Parts: sequence; C-alpha cells; structure tokens
Amino acid sequence: MTDPAAKTPRFSLTRRRLILGGSLIGGALVVGYVAANPMQVAGAVLQGGGADPDPSAFGPFIRIAADGWVTIVNKQQELGQGIHAGLAAIVAEELDADWDKVRVIDARSNFRAYGVQMTAGSNSIASNWDLMRNAGAAARSMFVGAAARRWDVPVAEIHVRDSVVSHPASNTAATFAELLAEASREKPLQSPVLKQVHDYRLIGSDRVRRKDNLPKSTGAQIYTQDVQRPNMLVAVVAHSPRFGGKLAQFDASDALSVKGVVDVFAIETGVAVLAETTVAAMQGRAALRAEWTDTNAETRSTDDLVQYFRDTAAGGTDVEPSEFQTMGEGYDSPFDGEVAEFSFDFPYLAHAPMETMDCVAEVNGWDVSITSGAHLATIDQVQSALTARTVPGKVDIEVLPSGGSFGRRGNMSSDYLVECVRIAKRVEGRPIKLMWTREDEMASGYYRPMSHHRVWVQLGSDGFPTRWRVHIVCQSLLPVGPNFTATEGIAHSPYFTTASTVDGKIFTPKFPVIVGFWRSVGHSHTAMVMEHVIDQLARRAGRDPADYRRVFYEKAADSRRLAVMEELCRKADWGKPLEAGWARGLAIHEAFGTVVGQVAEVRMMEERPVVRRVISVVDCGIPVSPDQITAQMEGGIGFGLSAALYGEVTLREGLVQEINFRHYPILRMNEMPAVETHIIPSVNKPTGMGEPGVAPIAPAVANAVLALTGRATERLPFLNRAARNSAGFSL
Amino acid sequence: MSFVLSVNDQAHIIEDDGETPLLWVLRDRLNLTGTKYGCGIAQCGACTVHLDGQPKRSCSIPLKAATSSQITTIEGAEGEEVTALRNAWGAHDVPQCGFCQSGQIMSAVALLRQNRTPTDTDIDHAMSGNLCRCATYNRIRAAIHDAAAQLGQPA
Repeated sequence: MTDPAAKTPRFSLTRRRLILGGSLIGGALVVGYVAANPMQVAGAVLQGGGADPDPSAFGPFIRIAADGWVTIVNKQQELGQGIHAGLAAIVAEELDADWDKVRVIDARSNFRAYGVQMTAGSNSIASNWDLMRNAGAAARSMFVGAAARRWDVPVAEIHVRDSVVSHPASNTAATFAELLAEASREKPLQSPVLKQVHDYRLIGSDRVRRKDNLPKSTGAQIYTQDVQRPNMLVAVVAHSPRFGGKLAQFDASDALSVKGVVDVFAIETGVAVLAETTVAAMQGRAALRAEWTDTNAETRSTDDLVQYFRDTAAGGTDVEPSEFQTMGEGYDSPFDGEVAEFSFDFPYLAHAPMETMDCVAEVNGWDVSITSGAHLATIDQVQSALTARTVPGKVDIEVLPSGGSFGRRGNMSSDYLVECVRIAKRVEGRPIKLMWTREDEMASGYYRPMSHHRVWVQLGSDGFPTRWRVHIVCQSLLPVGPNFTATEGIAHSPYFTTASTVDGKIFTPKFPVIVGFWRSVGHSHTAMVMEHVIDQLARRAGRDPADYRRVFYEKAADSRRLAVMEELCRKADWGKPLEAGWARGLAIHEAFGTVVGQVAEVRMMEERPVVRRVISVVDCGIPVSPDQITAQMEGGIGFGLSAALYGEVTLREGLVQEINFRHYPILRMNEMPAVETHIIPSVNKPTGMGEPGVAPIAPAVANAVLALTGRATERLPFLNRAARNSAGFSL
Repeated sequence: MSFVLSVNDQAHIIEDDGETPLLWVLRDRLNLTGTKYGCGIAQCGACTVHLDGQPKRSCSIPLKAATSSQITTIEGAEGEEVTALRNAWGAHDVPQCGFCQSGQIMSAVALLRQNRTPTDTDIDHAMSGNLCRCATYNRIRAAIHDAAAQLGQPA
C-alpha cells in the first residue's frame, strides 16, 4: 500500500517551494518577485542551487535512521559556543529522544529549508527556541500518532521517553526505529503542545554535553584551514599596509620565480599570489614588489586619534553629535552643585581567533561552491553572489565549525569570503583556498572600535545622581542608521533612574580604519564606563558599592539585577575581609537580554592587577545547557580579562603595530583566574550566553583596583605597551 | 632537495626546500592537518608535535632539522597517557572551538610522560606556551589532574 502523500515531506515547518530552477535564473524572474512580500523575494533569490537537505518526513531539522539514531541539523554556526548541543537538546527534549543516540550535523546554507542563517548577537538559542521546540514536538506527535494507530489506543494514553513509545495500560512499547515507517506517514501536529519547564528531563541538566569532544581531541575535526581538494591552489593576498590605501602598481616577476607559484594578479583588495602549497604562496607574496597609494588612507597614529576623539567629545571638531537617551528639561544647560567628571579611553581590539581567516571556493559558471566557517551564511551567500555576479541561490556554502571567531567572521561585507570568491572567479573551475596569516588577520581591521567617553554626573545631597551627561566618540559598525552599538549598555541604564535629566550624545567620526563586531560589541566598553563610574560615585557617597547599586535597581524595579547581585554577594562573601593586599571588585551588567554579575578577587603586583578568582552569577532565562553556560562564562572572563590586561591595536602613521601574539598578548594558562559560576533558576525564555560574560570583568577588576589603590582606571588596557611587550611567551 | 622524515612511525620521502617549516610539510605534503597553523612564530602552540618525545612548535622547525628525529603528531599520538587525557577532555567538556586542542593534548601528553603527579605550577609551566583563545584553561587543568589520577603512579 502506498500513501502518495508520504513521498513528499509535508512537515509544517517546511518551505514554500517557489519556482526558480537552474535554467530560469536571471534578472527578469528575480525582479518579478520584487513586488511580492519580502520573505517571498528572499526565498526566491536565496533558494535553488544550494544543497537541498535530504528530504525528511520529520522536517528539515530532524532525521531518524532505521537504527534509531536521531540526527539533528544545526542551522547555526558552531564556533566554540556549543550551539550544536544546545539546539539539539531543545529538539531532543520535545521529541523525548534518547540523548545518547542523538548526533548533530551542521547545515549547509539553505534559506528555503532553514530560513535566515546568521550566528550573531548571542541569539542562537533565543531565536531558535520556539522553532526547535516545535520541530521536536511535531516529530514526537508523529510517533505518538503511529503508535496510537498501531495499538488502537487513544493518543492521550501514549508516553514517550528516551526514543521509546509506550502504552503503559497495555504494557506495550516500541522504539522510534520500530515505528519509523508508520510515523513517517503520520501528519505532524501543526501546533503541538509543548512541555512545561518542570517537565524537562534533559534541558537544564548536566546531561546536555558537547557532541564534538572526540574529534576535537584527536585532531580529526576538519576546519577550513584543513580542507584539501584535488587540483586546489592556495592563495595569499598582499593587502595595503594602511587602511584605505590602494594598489598603485606591482611587479610579479620575482614572485612568479618562486617554485610552486602559479599565478599573480591584482584584485580589488590587493595582489593575489596563487601557488601549489601554502609556503610557496607565502614566499611568493614576500617576493612580490607592490606599491600603494595612500591618498585616501589613514596615516595618523594612535596618539593623534586619541587626541582627535577627545577634541571631538569637547565639540572641537566638525563631527556633529546625535542624541541618545536624552530626557528632562534643559539637558543642555550648565551644571550646578556638586559634579563628578569621568573620562575613558578605549583602544582598538583585534579578535585574534586561533584559526585565521580562510575560505575554500570554486566558481563554475553560475555556480559558486564555498567551504568556510561562515558566521552569517545568508549574508555570506548574498555577498558572494554579488561578487561572482550570480544569484545567492546559486551559492552553496558548506558551513564548517571555525577555530573561534569572536565576531571576526561575522561581518556584513563578508570580507575574506568575498576575497576568496574574487580569486576563484579569476581561475574558474579550480578550487582556491585563501589563507590569511596571523599578521594578515591582525592588521585587517574589523576591530572593536576605539572610543572616548566623557561622563558628568551632578549629585544630590544624598550622593545619588540628579543629572547625567554622557558623551561618546566612537566609529559606527554600520554604514547607515544610528550608531546604536556604541550606546548599548548605557542607553536605558538603571543608573539613570534617580536623575531627572539625562543628556546623551554620540559623536560618530568617519575615517578609513575598519571596525566591526567584537564579542560583546558595545558592551565591551559601555559596561566599563557605567560600572566603574558607579563604584566611584559609591565611594564618593561613602556607600558600599553593592548597597549603592541596590538603590538604583530597586528604584528601577529591576528584579533580575537585584536577584543576580544578592546571589553574587552571598556566593562571593561580599563584605567579608580578604587577606591583606587583596580586594574584591563588583560589576553587574545586562547584555543581549542576559544579566551577569561578577566579583573579581585582585591584588596589585607592582602596577598590574593580578586576578586569582572570579565569582559569577547569571540570569539567562531557562538554562538549556548549564555546562555550556558555565563554559561560556569561563571563556568570556578569559577573553574579557585578556583584553583588559593587554588588548590594544595601535597605529603608527597608519601602520598597525600589533600583528602577532608577541605584541598582542593573549591570556595564558598561568594567568587564568579560577571561575565559579552560579545560574539563577528561571522559567523565562532563554537568552544568550556567548557574549554577556565578557563585559563585566574589566570593571570588576577596575573596581577592585579602586578599592586597593584609590585610583580610578581611565584607560584600557591596564598594562602599557612596554609592559605588554615583556609579557610575550618564549620557551 | 630530498629528505627522509619519520612521522608517526612511518618513513616519508619529502621533496622540498630544507627551510620549509615542518608544520607545512605535515599539513600540505602529508595531509596531517590535526597540527594547526596559528601564528607561525612559536607563540601560540597550535602546531605542537613531539620530536623524540619532546613538545616542539613545528612552525619554527625547518624540515632539514627534523630528519634525524622521530616525529609524532596528534594523529599518531597513542599510549595510556593519550587515552587518559582524551577521556578526561571528554569528561570535562574541555574543547570549545577546539582549534588549539591538538597542541594542548600534545603538550599535556609530554607533561604526563615526565611527571605523573603534576602540581598546578607544573601544569602552568608545561602548558603556558599553548594559547586557547576560548580560555578553556581551567578545564584543561582539571582534565590533566584527572588524567594523572586515572593513570596513577608508574609501576
């Protein structure tokens, strides 16, 4: 007996098939969709060409094999944050699958099957929470329906647990594998009933573990750097040494004489050297003679830029500010009474993921095939298509896990990926692996922008703010629209609640240094500003920093911050003395919907802070994967502390000075503090964890330094350049 | 030039410039890609392999200087220390992005072969040449202690 409907997947979450076959690709048809709704346009443009997932009766995210193994498709990019396990756990919970027989595979780019694929803003769990729960519950309903039919019992009497479907009343049971054929013919529930939090068996338990430990401890995990293809060439590119510089001319003769070098040609971003091996490509580039024109290039030094930013904050340049968070009467009028003033300078920061930028691409006519740790696969598809002059649906991206990213791979211009496609288009039919060296990566920009903050606070007789003025100077991460990533973490601060007037101004200078998303984005500087100012105000008012904060949180009715801080004070023994020479510093910050509190235990060793232990508390809604939340807290603290102690990219006449780990030190094992993480129980929808752990550590350390020395921290990193240069490691 | 290289108990004849860093011979010629490029200047440890049992940064060893040594990469690492460390790595969910972990394991194996009861200071000394940008350091430390406990004292 054949059920004709069983031939095609008809899962509720699947796609609307729009016609855009390979032969019909072309401007007219695409334009024809422009009048339709935006999602239809996106669907039409993005579909086709890309790999279709194996049709599955259980929808695009779930495949169940005859041996009972459940494969869950991870549509986000795995860059270390453990998202593959988190999303799989959400599906497995609602499906009631046996977690030990769940595996995860990474999705290729496919808008039609998976919708928008972008891994950003710490939102992978939050944005897929409903989708994944529904996917699991709908698939479960198919097994329940099949069992009810087979046993002729009511659906309501069926139980499912660990991939076994049972009818306790008749003592009957069958595995997913045994019911597979019948279940795949069931119609999934369109609005399946989802579990309540107290019913969770997997979510929130320590059983949710990573599925990639083995390949990542045997060397078997394949990253883009490791991809080999028959007939593949390796490309390295000589870029302008200055931001905004352009290629004037080049002489390839010496480069071409290097053994193994195959081709040298100019592309939009510089000169590409193609060779049979990585070493030959690097040597070819070293032999290349290229001249650059700096007419539109950035030629200033960091000291000049710092001064320019300070002048700008004082209204001394032609950069016009815009307002943010301005409220109250006469916000521009002069202050009166007691006014506290603060100033902060923050540097450019490089991401320095362990895997440098790399990409494998091949162009064949309309078709573009890419293998890369594509962070924003949907954007990367569009950018690659524009570069190759095809449509996004003809761009297939095999999304690999990447050796970190921290935002570097997630930029709207898809810079390194586009560069690889440009090269591949020049040598159509041949796979190209673009390799960036560490020096390429660190000098390439997309930095956390440098910024200057000025803060004035007028204080009432009770020691609490009555007026705030915050001026920020910071490049924008986006070409158009408000510079909101520079003000996130300051706008809507609970610390404004005692004030009647707030004057927020954001100055957005434009110049060629390229800035981008760096783990925790604006919070990487705004948390330091607000949390360090608050400690200084508390000190001025003669109040304990936690007691002082409590007044604001209560006035703002911020129950989450209050709960986090109370738990933190308990766990950190706040208020109890430490040994001589040690002090605690506290910081509480909300980022991406998650509230994190950290207490750092710090002492001074000559002029540098040493952190031995960090106690953290987090409210990230329902904790899906507690062990990964803990891991992200540890990683976030290490990442944030590394930047706070050492992180600074400087320019000297436009040339980047820190281009490898010797001058851009990264926190090492001997410097890593012990980290203790406590998760606030919650029944709220989960929020992100990839970034929120980063921001509070710098102010927590600064506040401890303030307690130890009485000195405010007015710039980061804590260590100056000379001290950093002696921090490099040598065997 | 032609060189004979012993990698993971196999001899290979390599036609290459003697100055070519061992890292790229392993990766591009022998397809042993578990050993990673991270910095090229022996600062990050992602390229750590064993030369005659000693952890070395393969990015900074020229091919010609490696021909007299027995080279072991992550793919060829074996023995009770390796097994104990991999089990501990899994038990502690050590890896995040995982890119540095081949090098971390190779440094940890060398440590445990020399010292079955490493203190925190011993671990710091042995492991501080291996960067982890995801900062999995505390889990690496705990996993090394666990592996050491699992192995016990050598007979």
